[in-house]
Amino acid sequence: MAATDQVLGSEDSRGSLLYNPVVRGVFFQILVFGGLCAFLYWIVHNTQENLARAGRNVSFDFLYQRAGFDVGQSLIQYSSDSTQLDALIVGLLNTLLVAAAGIVTATIIGFVVGIGRLSRNWLIRKFCQVYVETFRNIPPLLVIFFWYLGVLAILPGPRDSFKLPFGSLLSNRGLFVPKPVWEEGSWLVGVAFLIAIAMGFFVARKASARQAATGQRFPVFWTNVALIVGLPLLALAAAGFPLSFSIPKLGAFQATGGLAIGPEFLALYLALSLYTASFIAEIVRAGILGVSKGQTEAAYALGLRPGATTRLVIVPQAMRIIVPPLTSQYLNLTKNSSLAIAVGYADLVSIGGTILNKSGESIQIVAIWMVVYLSISLATSLFMNWFNSRVALVER
Amino acid sequence: MGAVMQPPDLAYVRTDLAAPLPPPTGQNSVLGWLRTNLFATLPDAVLTVLGLLILWFAIPPLISWLFLDAQWTGTDRTFCATVAQGGMQPEGWSGACWAFVSAKFQQFLFNVYPAGERWRVILCGIMFAALLVPFLVPRAPFKKLNAILLFLVLPVVSYFLLLGGHFGLRYVPTRDWGGFMVTIILSYVGIAVSLPLGVILALGRRSRLPVIKLLSVIFIEAVRGVPLITVLFMATKMLPLFMPDNMKIDDFLCVLIGVALFASAYMAEVIRGGLQAIPRGQYEGADSLGLGYWQKMRLIILPQALTLVIPGIVNTFIGLFKDTSLVYIVNMFDLLGAVRRNFNDANWITPQTPLSGLIFAGFVFWCFCFGMSRYSSYMERRLDTGHRK
Repeated sequence: MAATDQVLGSEDSRGSLLYNPVVRGVFFQILVFGGLCAFLYWIVHNTQENLARAGRNVSFDFLYQRAGFDVGQSLIQYSSDSTQLDALIVGLLNTLLVAAAGIVTATIIGFVVGIGRLSRNWLIRKFCQVYVETFRNIPPLLVIFFWYLGVLAILPGPRDSFKLPFGSLLSNRGLFVPKPVWEEGSWLVGVAFLIAIAMGFFVARKASARQAATGQRFPVFWTNVALIVGLPLLALAAAGFPLSFSIPKLGAFQATGGLAIGPEFLALYLALSLYTASFIAEIVRAGILGVSKGQTEAAYALGLRPGATTRLVIVPQAMRIIVPPLTSQYLNLTKNSSLAIAVGYADLVSIGGTILNKSGESIQIVAIWMVVYLSISLATSLFMNWFNSRVALVER
Repeated sequence: MGAVMQPPDLAYVRTDLAAPLPPPTGQNSVLGWLRTNLFATLPDAVLTVLGLLILWFAIPPLISWLFLDAQWTGTDRTFCATVAQGGMQPEGWSGACWAFVSAKFQQFLFNVYPAGERWRVILCGIMFAALLVPFLVPRAPFKKLNAILLFLVLPVVSYFLLLGGHFGLRYVPTRDWGGFMVTIILSYVGIAVSLPLGVILALGRRSRLPVIKLLSVIFIEAVRGVPLITVLFMATKMLPLFMPDNMKIDDFLCVLIGVALFASAYMAEVIRGGLQAIPRGQYEGADSLGLGYWQKMRLIILPQALTLVIPGIVNTFIGLFKDTSLVYIVNMFDLLGAVRRNFNDANWITPQTPLSGLIFAGFVFWCFCFGMSRYSSYMERRLDTGHRK
């Protein structure tokens, strides 16, 4: 035995350096890294030559030039005399607007449909299944075109708009809704709203601390609803109702007054919401099915009613399964909002594309896109990871 | 005592059989099914009635628009427009304009590929189908030969056949390609490239070598963090800048590269999920058999990992298939792009045209995607070894 040990342990039997995994690893890494560096050098070199031949250089000065084009919808002050940087900021805000609106709507529809797919009711189950299977299997771009070209474009003109409740008008120029006009003293409402949110947090913390200590429950949800609705209303009354509504009126070519929501935004928003909702529905369904039946039975055995079982036992555990894929759906929706360019909604990609075609500064524009979208992705992932760690199962 | 010990009066003991109870109104009768599935509780009944009302109001108009009132034949827009719109349909008519679809069908398939050369595309399509079907049927023999033909020989043959310029075939530049043929080419190349590249990236991300791991992570996360449109813009606007002056790179090739790299990053994450699900004992078992890294991966780990993530891989395929429609934005016309482009044909502009064309395109996409997902669940069931918990 001793002899064998010695043979195995001897320096010679390890073989040559050629078969040493450590040496091989270092060698391959150097090879890959060197190859990549050479490739990058080649690309940079070519690009420099190409740019020099075209008489251009990579700088971001073009951002401060006059934009010279109009955008359809802007959240901030913008005219064609603004700089290209302003235009890009308008685009970024529009991207965030449609993404936020889409995420909220898609989540609501997705949860409703996902729970509907598990309904006892055969008809509801089939409805939800048809919805999911339809939208999951067609391209989002097609859904956008469907709303933009197939539905909104063939609505009647502004002169004979559809009249919707609350004085809203719907025509092929988009949706016109009453616009709240805030007058003197309305800051009080905003302050009240912020105070209500802060108090809501406080109530929630106090209530959970009390429950942990004494086992008594407190109706946190309804208290918070009352706070967040009630306090601003009180503030409104205290300030003497400094609020009026600008109601849209029918016009020959365009409705006047009110808040205009363009058909581009509507098409994109509806399409993204409905498309992503079908994926969220499947995630929700999988999450709820992923909670084992024993949990429900144990809850019933403890004497919990079906409603309380769902709320306190099933949903918290299902959320653990739902949250990570839900995050990637939110990111997908945000990234799909770049399809705006197909219908001309002025989002970041669409405005960037306009500048790119006008000035040809492709490298800088693509770099800006990359940085912005990567930051959005990163921020969303960080937030959802934080949320996920809150709902995650604490294992002992 | 004695009186108590007497056998009790047994008069209540039955001597004849009880009449059978009526069968439960269970699952087997129509009424029972209705009660458990549609009218179990009051809210259920309300929902059912609401759903039936929606169906009652939605289905008849839908059927009449799609089929009964639809215009099936015609040569120009007058067939699908009302009198007021300059057509021949009565006032208030509304129906699908399938005449548009059948008149433009060739364009939807090939876009502006020269009419005399379309046999080349059809030939490629037949070869593709002839190789794909036996490849997908598990029982068909000669899988290895089939795979070589499908993934190595077919691309080369198709390249010469579709592009032309050799062997006396007329040269057809890629800017004339389009329609469903481009949808298929893009997804085929995307799938064929992204699967092996995804495997390599996934292995790289789980590698012990820090440089390899870092590069894989950067590539995967950077690509997954941005929308496909920016990747396509980058491919068409920046790739030509990266090339030396004497090398002109074709726009279609740029898009192919963009789509393939984009799909690879997603594929890598799916495969990584499979690699992580393989228990440690499999790796250690392979090591103890004395297998090297590549042998271990090829023979032990990857076959199990890939089988595990078949649903994920097919989902990525479906996503890729749907995403091919985005090339419309960089001025290339896939099926959806070709349909969209024909809406601008002055000969066919009617209020019904866009909806009809989009419903047709949606139906085609739906059939393919739905078929893929069904195939994936079939394979999943077939390959299930019963070890899953």
